[in-house]
Amino acid sequence: MDEKELKRVRVVKRIAQELPDGALVNLGIGMPTLVADYIPAGRKILLQSENGFIGLGPQPQKGKEDPRLVNAGGLAVSIVPGGCFFDSSMSFAIIRGGHVDYTVLGALEVDEQGNLANYMIPGKMVPGMGGAMDLVAGARNVIVSMEHVNKNGAPKILKKCTLPLTAVGEVDLIVTDMAFIRVTKKGLVLEEIAENTTVEEVIKNTGAKLHVAGTLRRF
Amino acid sequence: MKSIQTADAAVSAIKDGSTVMVGGFMSCGNPFTLIDALINKGSKNLTLITSDTGYPEVGVGRLICQNRVKNLIASHIGTNPVSGQKMNSGEMKVTLVPQGTLAERMRAKGAGLGGALTPTGLGTEVEKGKQKLSIEGKDYLLELPLGADFALIKAEVCDKYGNCFLPMATKNAAVMMAMAADYVAVEADKIVEPGELDPEKVTIPGVFISVIVKAVLPASNLRPG
Repeated sequence: MDEKELKRVRVVKRIAQELPDGALVNLGIGMPTLVADYIPAGRKILLQSENGFIGLGPQPQKGKEDPRLVNAGGLAVSIVPGGCFFDSSMSFAIIRGGHVDYTVLGALEVDEQGNLANYMIPGKMVPGMGGAMDLVAGARNVIVSMEHVNKNGAPKILKKCTLPLTAVGEVDLIVTDMAFIRVTKKGLVLEEIAENTTVEEVIKNTGAKLHVAGTLRRF
Repeated sequence: MKSIQTADAAVSAIKDGSTVMVGGFMSCGNPFTLIDALINKGSKNLTLITSDTGYPEVGVGRLICQNRVKNLIASHIGTNPVSGQKMNSGEMKVTLVPQGTLAERMRAKGAGLGGALTPTGLGTEVEKGKQKLSIEGKDYLLELPLGADFALIKAEVCDKYGNCFLPMATKNAAVMMAMAADYVAVEADKIVEPGELDPEKVTIPGVFISVIVKAVLPASNLRPG
């Protein structure tokens, strides 16, 4: 595993531990998808796929793909026992109506008010929000899964987002390769830091004020 | 009983400048046969309403790449780079709508509702120009009904009354599109006699369907990987 992969695994492993038994979870495309591989043994969670089902399962073996069953990224997947299919209106009723317990998504920027920007960079990348705005507005808990800094080494956790927002004040938790940060009414609380870093390093790489928890854990 | 027609006949009323809804999500559930007929017909300057523009040369993405669309209303265009190029060059006007809002706007149209109130998009660019209402102490955006002249959708089984079964993840927004459009063409892998499709398995009631077409092109939406 290269360094980038190790960082990703640290993030998704920690997020997987956060999901309680019985939770209904929607995982975004990319790094969040990997969370499914690290659910602790004995814990059962169900995954919702916003294109129309609950019970998202692993990719089928080569040759066993069914063009009628894909995930929100268009890849062939499977459905687990106990799953069910529905149309878009039902899918987003489940999402918007607060029936999805957790959504895990990537971010371009997130700020100390829990604002999230993850769907466009004006003039550069305008793919559309897809289901992200509904998920962030509707899921009971919103977990951001990302690298702590961007490609240029600049902080992605800011005092105030500069990019167009996906949603206002909806993020509950930010998990990065360096830190586990809870968004609270009094601001961002640094609850845990990664094994290979220090509080000073985390603060240096964060563009917002961090309140360091009394008992700081490692992950 | 509904009329069973060729794909060419089913799309013959679509004109340059028509508004057309096309079912499918990342091409899964695209009506490949009807899209092909629409491309062959040569209609242009269409307003296309669809979940996403899929991939460049597959299903609904072909309408974009072959310059048939003047206005696009969709929630995601990122997997078809041609959509972004045409948006940036100004060749195609693109309105991006959150996925759940798109579904609900179409449902509102078909259900005779004056719109949908949603918290999605509050405080974002999506809020611009929209009425905000406070209901029981919570803010919502008023999203207006969205209809179309035509909808093209795909079913696995359709009986001659137009009752449709859409399996697995192919249902997506096709259900709402069938409700929202004035004229709805469905292509089906199997067209059966009334009674042969279990009424419990009807995804879309036949009341919404205008014309039935036998699907001749197979689903080819699988993304490599």
